Amino acid sequence: MAFDLSQSMQLIAALTPDIIMMVGGMVLMLVSAWGTESVERQRRVGTAAIGVCIVSAVFVVYFMAVHATAGSGVIAVDNFRWIVDLVLLAATAGTIALGLDYNTREGILPAESHVLVIFATSGMMILAAARDLTIVFLGIELMSIAVYILTGMNRRSEKSAEGAIKYFLLGAFSTGFLLYGIALVYGATGTTSLTLIGERVAAHQIMSAPMLLTGIGLMLIGFGFKVALAPFHMWAPDVYEGAPTPITAYMAAAVKAAAFAAFLRVFLEAFAGEIPSWHVAVWWLAAITMVVGNLIALASKDIKRLLAYSSIAHAGYILVVLASGQALGSSAFLFYIVAYTLATFGAFGVVVALGQSGEPYLNVDDYAGLWTVRPWLSVSMAVCMLSLLGFPIFGGAGFFAKWYVIQSALYAPEPQTRLAVLLVLTSVISAGYYMYVVLVMFMKPRREVNTVSDPRSVGAATRWVIGLSTVILLFLGVYPNALVSLTQGKGSYLRAPTPQVSQVVPR
Amino acid sequence: MSMDNFGLFYQFHFYLFGIIAIVSAVTFVTRRSPVAAAMWLIVTMFCLAAEYVMLDAQFIAAMQVLLYAGAIMVIFLFVIMLLNLGEASDITDVRGIGGKLLAGFVGLILIAEVGVLTRTGIPSGKYVVARDFLSQQLATYGAVGAVARPLYRDYSLAFELTSVLLLVAIAGAVILGRKESSSAR
Repeated sequence: MAFDLSQSMQLIAALTPDIIMMVGGMVLMLVSAWGTESVERQRRVGTAAIGVCIVSAVFVVYFMAVHATAGSGVIAVDNFRWIVDLVLLAATAGTIALGLDYNTREGILPAESHVLVIFATSGMMILAAARDLTIVFLGIELMSIAVYILTGMNRRSEKSAEGAIKYFLLGAFSTGFLLYGIALVYGATGTTSLTLIGERVAAHQIMSAPMLLTGIGLMLIGFGFKVALAPFHMWAPDVYEGAPTPITAYMAAAVKAAAFAAFLRVFLEAFAGEIPSWHVAVWWLAAITMVVGNLIALASKDIKRLLAYSSIAHAGYILVVLASGQALGSSAFLFYIVAYTLATFGAFGVVVALGQSGEPYLNVDDYAGLWTVRPWLSVSMAVCMLSLLGFPIFGGAGFFAKWYVIQSALYAPEPQTRLAVLLVLTSVISAGYYMYVVLVMFMKPRREVNTVSDPRSVGAATRWVIGLSTVILLFLGVYPNALVSLTQGKGSYLRAPTPQVSQVVPR
Repeated sequence: MSMDNFGLFYQFHFYLFGIIAIVSAVTFVTRRSPVAAAMWLIVTMFCLAAEYVMLDAQFIAAMQVLLYAGAIMVIFLFVIMLLNLGEASDITDVRGIGGKLLAGFVGLILIAEVGVLTRTGIPSGKYVVARDFLSQQLATYGAVGAVARPLYRDYSLAFELTSVLLLVAIAGAVILGRKESSSAR
């Protein structure tokens, strides 16, 4: 199936999964505005929202199955987009499922909390598809504005309000950088289409090199804020700590995956011709992010902050893919976000399951001796921690995720050996905090006071999220080929620009 | 309306409005009273609108006056009024000396960047629009049509996405702004 994106009906058809999310969101918004707020209503709307995700995912799988393609246009129709979409939809369903139980416990009654997740995801899916800088910008904004509000959803928590304001101000600030960068790139190349920018940059058919480079630099800063790269990560720990836990998982996994998908597409499709100029900057960002994220995580005791810093470190690992500077690295990226999303949702699922109203006990030491009271939760948490660490077999897919990233760094046209070494070294540092969680759960005696409460029943939705994440992680750890064949399949790579020699004119 | 036709008259007004815009922008950021600052911002917006007219972008100029100098400034003033920020003494200046120096430094970089860009010659290539492109568009489609055609044709998807974005922003503001229902704990 090939779409002709210049015709609006075909453009709409190519956007079916995204439009389903938007329309579903609008309908559910009306439903949730109708009548009074109650726990049952919140759960009903949440369940329907998961249904919307499933319908959208069905269409994504259909497009994958029929190998949909498209000519050049404002959106991409390729496997890269579909796989990112599936990860995002899975993360969304997971967020809403965790939210069903979490919101009930914390008394977050507005059913809109689930609807906004749907809207944020529609923005992310647009981001994964965007092949035009205006669409990239709108996707980022649609995603960010919904997530700002979600962060502040817990109205009784001061931390939640603080996190929302911080996220909003810094997010708006970083959007300024991104937008200014987009304007300069448009000024330098005369187009917002990634494909055309790629061709013109590769052919040196640009108006002004300083303008282009300034634009690329500003966009790098803008994306750096969105995916929380050091030194643009300052907002992340406070925001992750303040947000409702399901939303923290959503930010750590889905927001990061979507922003990185656009980041990679913009830099590898549009700016591939300028790799020598931006490579050094990306190299140092990756190196600093890996070191800073892991070192501060080592000093964190609050489980949500620990996972926040760990997510910063993982942004560094993913950036290694970009630093290797080849479109083929996109398959390593796809595998990585699948493994990372599953592990993140498993871990946050356990945090939700063990939490109490008001979330008083989030210190890692409060999990001491968890094995003796909640064996299955402890095992799931251990698997997720080992997966984030990149431990073979017991860590499931996490090991292969890091393995493919290292491979993409080593087999790049210019091998990034030092970056690969740094990745391994910082992963060893990360064992210090991931293994500590495991150690505390299994080997420390259970404390009598200030610990997570006695065994209570964990909500069915939360149990499903934890269980599915763990099982899929372990399955992919044994049969990684099930996923590799998808991520390395036809159309999974980003389209690198091909300079047309006839267009080259002396500058 | 090109520069050659009007010569000195055109240049005089172009620089006049430019200088007023810059001076009022500087005054805007240095005022302590939010109301005074907002008023200076209106002056800046109006001068920019005048510059747009001289750049043959009449429609953008009209929008600038209606939206920025009109609607958005009214919202600013409403927020200032609702938060009761009218008195300058109520507000502590959160900007430290380090922040001011940093902002000044970034400003200098941006000025230097403009300098470099104006000095960089623009090659006459295939992708560079012709000098009379805008006046042709204006003559063919009119001031509104020249904006509307690309907006609803080339950027139709972006236009539609903006509507979803605004919907989410409005809904979000309502959700955060409304009172919690009595059934909540």
